[in-house]
Order: sequence, then C-alpha cells, then structure tokens
Amino acid sequence: MAGEKPVAFVAERQIPPSPPPVRTGGALGWARDNLFSGVFNTVATLLSLAFVAYILAMVVPWLFLDSVWNASSLQGCREVDDGACLAVINERFLQFVFGFYPEELRWRPILAFVLLFVAIWPALFSSAPRKLLIFSALYPLLAYWLIWGGSFWGPVGAVVGIAIGWACIRFLPPLVRGRLDEGLAFLAAVGAGILATALWWLFGVTAFDGALSSVVAIGLEPVESARLGGFLLSTIIGVSGIAGSLPIGIVLALGRRSHLILIKAVCVGFIEFIRGVPLITLLFVAWLLLSYFLPPGTEFDLILRVVIMVTAFASAYMAEVIRGGLAALPAGQYEAADSLGLDYWKSMRLIILPQALKISIPGIVNTFIGLFKDTTLVIIIGLLDPVGLLQPIRADQNWNGIVWELYGFIALFFFIFCFAMSRYSMYLERNLDVGHR
Amino acid sequence: MRLKTTLVAAAAAAAFSVGAHGATLDDVKAKGFIQCGVSTGLAGFAFTDSDGNWDGFDVVFCRATAAAVFGDPNAIKFTPTTGKTRFTALASGEIDVLYRNTTWTLSRDVDLKFSFLGVNYYDGQGFMIRKDMGVMSASELDGATVCIQTGTTTELNLADFFRANNMSYEPVPIETNAEAQQKYLANACDVYTTDASGLAATRATFEDPDNHIILPEIISKEPLGPLVRHGDNAWGDIVRWVLNALIIAEEKGITAANVDSMASADTKDPEIKRLLGVEGNYGEMLGLSADWAVHAIKTGGNYGEIFEKHIGENTAIGLARGLNQLWTKGGILYAPPFR
Repeated sequence: MAGEKPVAFVAERQIPPSPPPVRTGGALGWARDNLFSGVFNTVATLLSLAFVAYILAMVVPWLFLDSVWNASSLQGCREVDDGACLAVINERFLQFVFGFYPEELRWRPILAFVLLFVAIWPALFSSAPRKLLIFSALYPLLAYWLIWGGSFWGPVGAVVGIAIGWACIRFLPPLVRGRLDEGLAFLAAVGAGILATALWWLFGVTAFDGALSSVVAIGLEPVESARLGGFLLSTIIGVSGIAGSLPIGIVLALGRRSHLILIKAVCVGFIEFIRGVPLITLLFVAWLLLSYFLPPGTEFDLILRVVIMVTAFASAYMAEVIRGGLAALPAGQYEAADSLGLDYWKSMRLIILPQALKISIPGIVNTFIGLFKDTTLVIIIGLLDPVGLLQPIRADQNWNGIVWELYGFIALFFFIFCFAMSRYSMYLERNLDVGHR
Repeated sequence: MRLKTTLVAAAAAAAFSVGAHGATLDDVKAKGFIQCGVSTGLAGFAFTDSDGNWDGFDVVFCRATAAAVFGDPNAIKFTPTTGKTRFTALASGEIDVLYRNTTWTLSRDVDLKFSFLGVNYYDGQGFMIRKDMGVMSASELDGATVCIQTGTTTELNLADFFRANNMSYEPVPIETNAEAQQKYLANACDVYTTDASGLAATRATFEDPDNHIILPEIISKEPLGPLVRHGDNAWGDIVRWVLNALIIAEEKGITAANVDSMASADTKDPEIKRLLGVEGNYGEMLGLSADWAVHAIKTGGNYGEIFEKHIGENTAIGLARGLNQLWTKGGILYAPPFR
C-alpha cells in the first residue's frame, strides 16, 4: 500500500482546535455580549461609562492628587492645595477609633478586638477546632473586663451566677422525681434557676468579688463608659447586639410556634411590642426613663442599657426572620423527626433548625447589617459614636467647615464591616448548599 | 414633636421629685468632681481637641467652677448633651450643671423647674445672605426661602418676625447646623437664620466668607447661661458667683497671669481683696476655700480672656464683643457687687 495516495476527502488526522473568532471570545466578545448587544444596551453602556468617568474625574484628583495629609487646620489645608483635607483624619484618627479611651490603656480594646476574631472563628468556620467554642462562650465577659477594667473577680462572679442557674436546672428535677409531674418540675427548676442567678447577680457578686479581691486582688484600672466612643463604641454595641440577638431570636421564634399558650403569648407579646416601637424610642427609654425609675445612685451603665435595648430590638426582628425559615420547611420534616422518636429539643437541634437557619441566612445577615448601621442612632442620646464625634470635631475652630472627608471616612468604615458580613453570608450559603435545586 | 413634648413633660414632672433630694453641693463634694453638661459640639463653645479633652467657651466656665470648688480645673467630667437630652439630663440628676448655650426663657425657668444663674453670652437671632442678592436689611426679605433649624426658639422667632412685618417666607426645615451650611451653600435657601454667634462661626468656615453678609437686624433676645435644678440654692450660688467673679475680674483687670501677684501684693482696691480672699470670709459663706476665685480665674483667665481665646475677633469664629462688652465699655455685662 506504500505510496498510495491518500483519499482526498478523508481527513487523516484531527483538525487542531483553533481559537474562537475574535468577535465572540475574550474580552471583546464578552463586551459584545454583555455591553453592546443592541442599540439600547450600547447607549446605556456609553452613558454609564461617561457617568463613571465624570465622577472619577471629580473624585480622583480631589481624594488622591490634591489631597492634604499634613496640616493643623482647614485653613492650613486650603493654603497647601484645594483637594480633600485629609489632615483632619490624620490628626483625629485615634479619637475616631477609641473615643476618649485613656491613651496608655488602649492596648486593652485592641487585645479585645483581636480576641474577638479568635472567639468568632469557630462560630464562623466549621474547620476551626471545636474546643475554641468554650473560649467563645467566655469571651463576652473577658472583653467586658478588658474594656471596662475593674476587678477580675466581677466577671468571674457573673460566670458563677450562670453556673448556679444551670446547676438548679440540672439537679433540682431529680430531687423531686416522682412527687411532681415531670414538665412541672422542669418549669419549676427553670424558674428557680433564673431566680437564683438573678439573686446572685444582685447581691452575691459584690460580696464574692470583695471576698476574693481581699485574698488575691487581680484587676485592671477601671475605665468609665463616658470615655468610650468612636468605632470602639459602634463595635461594642453592634457585636453584642449581633451575638445576643441570634440565640434570643431563635428562642423567640420557637416560642412563637409553641403549643404552650403561656410561652406563645409571652413571645408574641414581646415581638409585637418591640416591633411596634421605633428604636429611637427604645434608646430614649434606656437613657431617660431608666434614669428616673432606678433608685438614685444605682450604677447601671448607660452603654449596657443601650446594648440590652438594641439586642432586644434586633431579637424581635430576628425571631420573625427565623420563623419564616421554620414556616418554609415542609411538614414532612417535622413528622419525620417525630417518627424517629426524637424529643422536641433533639428534633429541633438535629433536624429542624439546621434547615430553617440555612434558609434564613440572607434574612439573618440582613438584620445584622441593619443592626450594625442602627448603632449610629445612639447619637441622639448623646453617646459619641463616630457620627456623634463629628460634631465636637467640627466644632473645633481648626476643623470647622469640613464635611465630605469626615463623612466619607465613616462611610468607609461602615462599608468595610457591612460588606464583610455580606460576603460571609454568601460564602456560608455556598458552603451549606446541599443541592435542593 | 409629640415625643419631645412628652419628654419635656416627664422632665418637668421628675424635676420636682429629684430636686427635692437637694444638696447637690454635698453630692459634688462627696464624689470629688463636677458633672457638667455641655453641647455635643458647637464651634468655639464646646469641642474636643486632638487629645480628646473638652475645650471651648462654655467648657472653660465649667472648669472654672470645678477649680473654685476643688482647686483643680480637671476635677470635672463632661456629659455631651443634645438639644433633646439636655433638660432631662439635668432634671434626672445625671449632670450637676448645664452649660450649653441655653436660652433663658420663662417656661424653662418656671415650667421645667430650673434656675438660670446668669448670662455668659448675650446672643440674638440674625440672618445670613449672599452679598450678590443685594439685600441690605431684613425688612427686604419678603418671599425669601429660609433655612431654619426645627424645634428651636429660632423657628418661633422667625415666624413672629415675618408676621409682625407683614412679610411671607418659605421655610426649609433642617436638623443641624452642619446640614444648614450645606443647604445654604447649595442655594437650597436664600437666607440662613440662627443665633448671630452661630452665623459668624458658620460664615468663618466658608471658602469665600466675604461673599456672604450677616444682616444688621437682630430679631430676638437669646441670653445664654448656666442652669441648675430648682431648689439647689447653695450649689446654684456657687455657679452664679464663679461666673460673676470672672466678670468682676475683667472689670478690675485681674488676669490669669497677674492673679497671684494681685492676691499677695498689697492692692489698694478693697473689692479685689474681697474677691481674691485676702479680706473677709466670702469663700466661707459659699462653703468654699478663701482663694476659690483665684483658682477660678487661673483656669482660663477672666471673662474677657476666655472670650478672646475661644470666640473673639482673633479667632476663626471672629465675634465682636458687642453686647457682651462690660457695662463700663458700652456693653451690658454687669455683675452685682462683690461684698
């Protein structure tokens, strides 16, 4: 067969793949498909580009080319260049971050902030060591101690209070077994636990603190609430509100779907009352009414009051978001849990809540972001969060008249926080997506 | 508005019960510092410096009070208050004295049950307008759009003024001074009206202050001063006489620099001797040490020095003394005799 001519119309080998035509591939193709796929889209693209260019032409020289970083006053800035007067941020940066926190103690909030990431790590990523959750549980008290200072035994006393409550719930029912109905015994134990914890917190902690301090005095220099401000304050209120509202919201959502009339009534009442009142009103209640109603001389920290109110507010919204998730589950899931013989708590923990929470993630993160931004409302009760700090800074003769630079800086801070939360929620949704679609 | 009314009513109701506890002076001495309510920020009057310390015209008066009581101008804590929270903060006992550009009016004095203790700044409402509008007098403002802060006495004054002069105007309601600056500069309103001191401070921040004028008419009386709760007489006396002492110090030429030599040297003037505690037992009458006024004057100087440093003509605020000049120099600043 050698020397035989190949048949002209049969391909001997595969034709190597060639790149797609320029007009449909690469950046050009993408642009054709997405930006210039018709008359209307082309016009819209060109207009948008012109708009973006117009904005950039204004912002870029102002913010980068002509901006002034070193000056001691607005007049000083204007003498140097006519761009953004970023010298104010340069000078007041630490004030924006810490408020009036004493300078030599600023390592404490910084440490608390770093530890915050250690504490939320196991909550955010399933790859983290599970034992860290113990640290996460203790973190709020540790952070409180670091930021406010005072005796170390105060927070320890608070933990002891929780331990006492837990012990009541755990060990009281067996004592009365057989003599009381089981459900009733449990309810009574919960009541006794809450009561014991409250009594311990009201009367026991001080004595406990005093007794142990006289033996081993461990303490940090106390810092009063009035000195907290700036991003530190926003973060404290925002993070505590977020951390508190999720568990409370879950409990409220379950309570609202409960068949026990009393529990249901309490939860519905709480949710509807809180949702029916603006946050500003609640803040005023925290600030004003409590200072009238509490006996004079009561040391009930204003920031603590605000945190409680913000948490309560967010919890009510959270409860409704989670109730939406619960309602979205098919009844078959509940029946399946029952048919496995799981009790209420186990069926919730193992079957219902994991699914319901997954459905609710966008709503939950939405509430978180809303809550974080709502922390700026504390300005109306005279707390100096970043937006509140603007006023005394702008009242300084040196910086009077500065607007865009300061607001832009604060907006950047909030954007970073909120955008991070939003991205995390998308990551979580992708990770938990087990393919129902 | 309803919220505000309710709050003020609550403040009034509670003021009596709290005021009845009385003896703020004892509380202050027991805790070792004064809790002073100031503005959350008003150019020249209250602001924070880069180290986070409060400073400003109102703030110095508060510090002088602390110096008089404790001999230390830093024996003081500041509570920033907003226009909405200031009265409740005082009525509930959260602060001991309010030094926050608060206009002395009958209803605040009587109905809210506070005692005003004097005037540290005589203000009045004015108008600011662009020069190229060609308006030279407030009586030519018929039909103007006016930027006005809601919920303040200035809003009521404005309505009164235009009604009394048979003119009409279109209000542009705004919340804060910062917002007003932006609206005014963006031509959202022809005229901005607020206290003349505020107008001057605002104008000083413009890039082209010369293109804006403050009209000569002052349409209201705004005496700004410190206040305490009703029934707090011993404590109120101290706040009042610290203010008076600083005014008398200016009259007598006592400054932060020469107060020590005045107190020790053989000054002839018997009033100076009484004021600085060289003669008489006036400190004892107030329940203070004999040299209380010396400490108060050392804090930031006499009234004139404080004025010049924070809001005077050499500052960015650039206010003339005007009504706030001593009575001997054509103003109405007049302290009762120190004897």
